[in-house]
Amino acid sequence: MADQFDLECRDVVKKFGQFTAVDQVSLTIPQGSFFSILGPSGCGKTTLLRMLAGFIEPTAGDILIKGKSVLGVAPNRRPVNMVFQHLALFPMMNVAQNVAYGLRRRGVGRATIDKKVAETLARVGLPDSGQKQISQLSGGQKQRIAIARCLVLEPAVLLLDEPLGALDLKLREHMKVELKQLQHEIGTTFVYITHDQSEALVMSDQVAVMNAGRFEQVGTPQELYYQPDTPFVAGFVGESNRWQGTFETVADGKAIIRLDSGGVIYTDPTQVTNPDLVAGQRMDVFVRPEAITIAAKGQGPVATSGLNAMQGRVENLLFNGAASSVQLRETTTGHEMNVALPQTGAFAGLRNGDELDLSWSAGQTKCFPNTKPAQADASGEAVA
Amino acid sequence: MKNASGSVAGGGLKLGVLLMATPLLLWLLLLVILPHLDLLMVSLRERISYGKYAFSFTNYIEFFTEPLYWNTYVRTATMSILATALTLVIGFPISYYIAKVMRGRGKSVLFLMCLIPFWVSELVRTFGWMILLRESGVISHFLQWAGLVDGPVEMLYNDVTIMVGLVYTSMLFMVVPLVSVLDSLDDSLIEAGYDLGGNAFTVTRDIVIPHAMPGIASGCIVVFMLTLGNYLTPNLLGGKSSLWFTEQIYTQFITRFNWESGSAFGFLLLVLSSLIVWLGLKLSRQTLSDTVG
Repeated sequence: MADQFDLECRDVVKKFGQFTAVDQVSLTIPQGSFFSILGPSGCGKTTLLRMLAGFIEPTAGDILIKGKSVLGVAPNRRPVNMVFQHLALFPMMNVAQNVAYGLRRRGVGRATIDKKVAETLARVGLPDSGQKQISQLSGGQKQRIAIARCLVLEPAVLLLDEPLGALDLKLREHMKVELKQLQHEIGTTFVYITHDQSEALVMSDQVAVMNAGRFEQVGTPQELYYQPDTPFVAGFVGESNRWQGTFETVADGKAIIRLDSGGVIYTDPTQVTNPDLVAGQRMDVFVRPEAITIAAKGQGPVATSGLNAMQGRVENLLFNGAASSVQLRETTTGHEMNVALPQTGAFAGLRNGDELDLSWSAGQTKCFPNTKPAQADASGEAVA
Repeated sequence: MKNASGSVAGGGLKLGVLLMATPLLLWLLLLVILPHLDLLMVSLRERISYGKYAFSFTNYIEFFTEPLYWNTYVRTATMSILATALTLVIGFPISYYIAKVMRGRGKSVLFLMCLIPFWVSELVRTFGWMILLRESGVISHFLQWAGLVDGPVEMLYNDVTIMVGLVYTSMLFMVVPLVSVLDSLDDSLIEAGYDLGGNAFTVTRDIVIPHAMPGIASGCIVVFMLTLGNYLTPNLLGGKSSLWFTEQIYTQFITRFNWESGSAFGFLLLVLSSLIVWLGLKLSRQTLSDTVG
């Protein structure tokens, strides 16, 4: 059983004095997959990665690589390699020497080293750069050399610590695709940590969303986006409009939630993750901006138990090409909302102050019982 | 100077630069270049009779023909190189510890502890060593009290003591450049070294030392020059047997009142230090501008 997994963590805990950085994290990563750990800064993801690499020992729990516990094994003896946040290429060596470094430490013969270095450089698409100095490389090339330096050692697991953070936007978009392709070609297990949800969603087979030292949810990018398990995941992954309200009852197969600011929202009872809800339970309500359909005033559908409908006044147009959206203020409740504009350009003539009809189906609404109101508010601000 | 007046005509900016540099240029000219030119001229003359001098290489020939001078010269150079090497070997781990292992408060405290002895003059520090090491000193008394030795022990006036004194005197000038250069080494480079299979030895050899090379070179240059030109420490701790070249120069100028010979010796010391520093830079493949800048 265990040998199917390249990497396994069992109830790993790390405390720094009183502070618990990583709290009871368990994960299993199957061979050859791209696994991301996504979380806001300070959530403990770097600590977790450094424990996998061996720079920090966990306070409790066990880490297994290829089914063998690596507790107490020094970083230079673990079959994992790490691509550092700022890459940490050795400036005192040229590209080929950087890539050969790990092989030389293993005492591999010179001829084999030369052959493997050439192969690996070719694999990352930089076959002729061996004699270049590190300072002569562009950002994307450095990135690839840092990965090549690890891959040449054929590690069981490659750990990546937000390596795209320092690149500019265009290059970052490009490297995302390239990293995913590279991982697919070589089949090494990648563990990638990032605070950028788009990186995690685009590249990963599996994503773990981490918050305050714990895993909130582990799943495919689609699962995280469409079926978030916790309010934190719903708020952190993707954009969301959020309300707070009180659970009232279930009628016509729809749960009714009365908002604090007035009005009701209908949702499928299946979306209410806690099955034994009682009336009066505080709820967090999330709706994706792209789930909301807009229509000119008076032309939208009327609210039914299966359909939520509201009116809003345009406050701000946020033009961003295909990802354009509009900020509205809901007429009756005064709640601020963010709605994606259809990409057809149908509402290209929209002006500030225009009034719109908004609607979305009950099934598009996500609800979570709100047990800790203060914390939910804090994470809500992080989303905005 | 002709060059300088030429550049004045070149434009107002250059005049400004020249004015700014005037104090420095004056200082260099009056306190460094002129005295050295005079020293060179004095060293190249021979006193024939009262007030009469003639051009001659006598002073230099005397140096090369008299084994005492020649031996002292070589001995001073060797001891200085050894002292520099020892200072580096002792100073490097200390600097690494201060720059990379210690964090926050402890770091500044340790650094301050390296600095504090240098608030006292070198003379006082050397007398401190004498109080500890002399026949009737602290260590001798302690050893007798502990019953480890029968009679008083004299620990002054030998080469080991001179070396201890020189290394102690030079330590700060090695630690400061090393700490600053090691501070600039990104921790993740060291971690990457370990991550890729390196151990403490190979990471130090392949990553830490190459990065620290400019600091090592500048520390060594400063320490070597200070040691070579040191007068107090070898004289006080080594006594008559110290045979340090600066003592020979002192003797020529002050005791023998032979300025011609003293100037020649001074010049030879300058040549020696320049030559060894140049050689050291060549061997470590560093340039002076890398090291200083």
